[in-house]
Amino acid sequence: MKSCPRAPSERRLATAACLAALCLAASACHSGARSDAGSVSARSTADAVHAVLEADRAVYTREVVNRLQNELGVIQATERWKEDKTLPLPAQMFRMGAEQAASKTEGLHYALISTWAINRQNQPRTDSEKAGLAFIAEHPDQNYYGSETLAGDRYFTAVYPDKAVANACVQCHNQHADSPRHDFKLGDVMGGVVIRIVQKD
Amino acid sequence: MAAVGIWSFAGALLLGSFGFLLSGELGDRRLLLPGSSTDGHYQMELGCNECHGSAFAGESALESACVRCHGPELTAAENSHPKSKFTDPRNADRVARLDARRCVTCHREHWPQGTGELGVSVQQDHCSVCHADIGRERASHAALSWSSCASVGCHRFHDNRASREKYLIEHAGEAAFLPSPTPERAAGGAAAAVAANMAASAEAAPRPLSAADADAPDEIEFGSEDLAAWAASAHAANGINCRGCHEAEGSFRKSVPTSTCGRCHADERAGWVSGKHGLRDGLGLEAMRPELARQPMQANAPDAALSCSSCHRDHGFDRQRAAVDSCQGCHADDHTRAYGDSAHARLWQKEQAGTAPPGSGVSCATCHLPRLPHASGRERVQHNQNDNLRPRDKMIRGVCLDCHGLAFSIDALADEALVERNFAGTPRVHVPSIDWAVARARAQANQAGRGAPGSPPPEPWRSP
Repeated sequence: MKSCPRAPSERRLATAACLAALCLAASACHSGARSDAGSVSARSTADAVHAVLEADRAVYTREVVNRLQNELGVIQATERWKEDKTLPLPAQMFRMGAEQAASKTEGLHYALISTWAINRQNQPRTDSEKAGLAFIAEHPDQNYYGSETLAGDRYFTAVYPDKAVANACVQCHNQHADSPRHDFKLGDVMGGVVIRIVQKD
Repeated sequence: MAAVGIWSFAGALLLGSFGFLLSGELGDRRLLLPGSSTDGHYQMELGCNECHGSAFAGESALESACVRCHGPELTAAENSHPKSKFTDPRNADRVARLDARRCVTCHREHWPQGTGELGVSVQQDHCSVCHADIGRERASHAALSWSSCASVGCHRFHDNRASREKYLIEHAGEAAFLPSPTPERAAGGAAAAVAANMAASAEAAPRPLSAADADAPDEIEFGSEDLAAWAASAHAANGINCRGCHEAEGSFRKSVPTSTCGRCHADERAGWVSGKHGLRDGLGLEAMRPELARQPMQANAPDAALSCSSCHRDHGFDRQRAAVDSCQGCHADDHTRAYGDSAHARLWQKEQAGTAPPGSGVSCATCHLPRLPHASGRERVQHNQNDNLRPRDKMIRGVCLDCHGLAFSIDALADEALVERNFAGTPRVHVPSIDWAVARARAQANQAGRGAPGSPPPEPWRSP
């Protein structure tokens, strides 16, 4: 196994590359996914990053929010967590992580987007995002892989289905005043996790 | 050949002079200024390297300098438009129109003809780059001018803590004047806070000192007033003797630098050097003097370098004096001059006279140097007097709402004339943000049958 690159010029992909090296074996798990663009290594990297993101979110939900709020009754998780002095919602935690990661690297970006985003800024913007959300809505058990050029840089872009796994997700989005959709059900694809990896020659 | 030699010599002379000017060794660096600096930076405009790093460090050094000074306050303000929003490639098309990844896109320096309040040099319709469809989302905004977004008291690019919709709805219907003082203010009033801080400090402090304990060397002459002021001060009460402040490297010095104060009052000095009073001192430049200020100053303002004792006065370190009299001793703008006849001043005078409860008075410091909760659990005075003035709406949450309702506070701060009169009268400007937020929430609730504003909040988040 190769060691992680440390040179400044390579640092921006270091995290993703390390994760990819560790998780290459998991890349076989996405059989059936659309793969009309992007190298295998970029796709494997994206899958590995998504696995980490998904795992972190699940652990935060189970071991922090669920344990402290529902099992121990110590503290709640609310949308206005800072003002309420409560825990951030899992989706908010995810977005904060995305912003933090963006400040550390230029080669990897991820976001949580939806056609029915409560904040309109999180609706799909690029053609790949629109195509990706349409694809996972039609194929809830598959991922979308594509490529796009933004501001002169070429990106490998993957979109992973983000499903309603808890009643809380459904209830909050269905009841939220700013939500454009109010009929979500458990298991519905509510949006997607988009992961972009810059492609350098 | 002679001509080449002459030009080479002239070129070398020019470059050398330029280098000397940059280094500050030859003449005044003002000759290098491409244009006058903004109000926020003029005090440090001759400290070129503070922003530029070095003569040829480039734009990244410039951006780093912005973040070094302003990053913490942007984080504290829950910056609505952090850089990470714009480095995300999904917003590349927007960045092509407005490169909000860079501070200098909107805050261009040395360009007085194109720079407005808060050092903003971008066109006022910049919000339209990303929010062009806001009129479709909110009918109330459809007919508004893009130039009004940030100019009438509703939105700010960075700090929107006082204008979040749910916050507006929560505070809808509040009276202009809340019962005063509120229980929170009474408990957190200046006297109570100081007493709490003193009690906490006393746990680790040596025994209190009296005038007889003063340890200044015999050859040092000082007045009995100074001695009495020190003996009655918090310093003496906490065992801080003359040498504690005046002694450095084995010798007794008359003047005490602010860095010495900062050894014990680190938070206070950190705030002070971040504001316009202590900025130059913090950067190692010649300390600020009233005559250098752009704001109107009293003709007889002391021509002295600002330090902690400029406001607190030596030895006694009088907090009451620092709260009003010190400000009025230098500042001569309309707002300051009108304070003496204001309702705020009357409340302050009553509190000082003991005829009103602690915390009920409103001094200059109440608003501009507010007491804020600190991680230690004790209050700290924010000594950066600009902290809640950039923009002034920042004052609403931390100060105004102690006594006033939100609608009144927003309107009052949006009324320039009222601010100049130090709030004598009532606002003649109305910012409809709360009205719109409530109307929108009601419409949404009616449409979905989800209850009206003011109904119990939804259940907290539940995981499976």
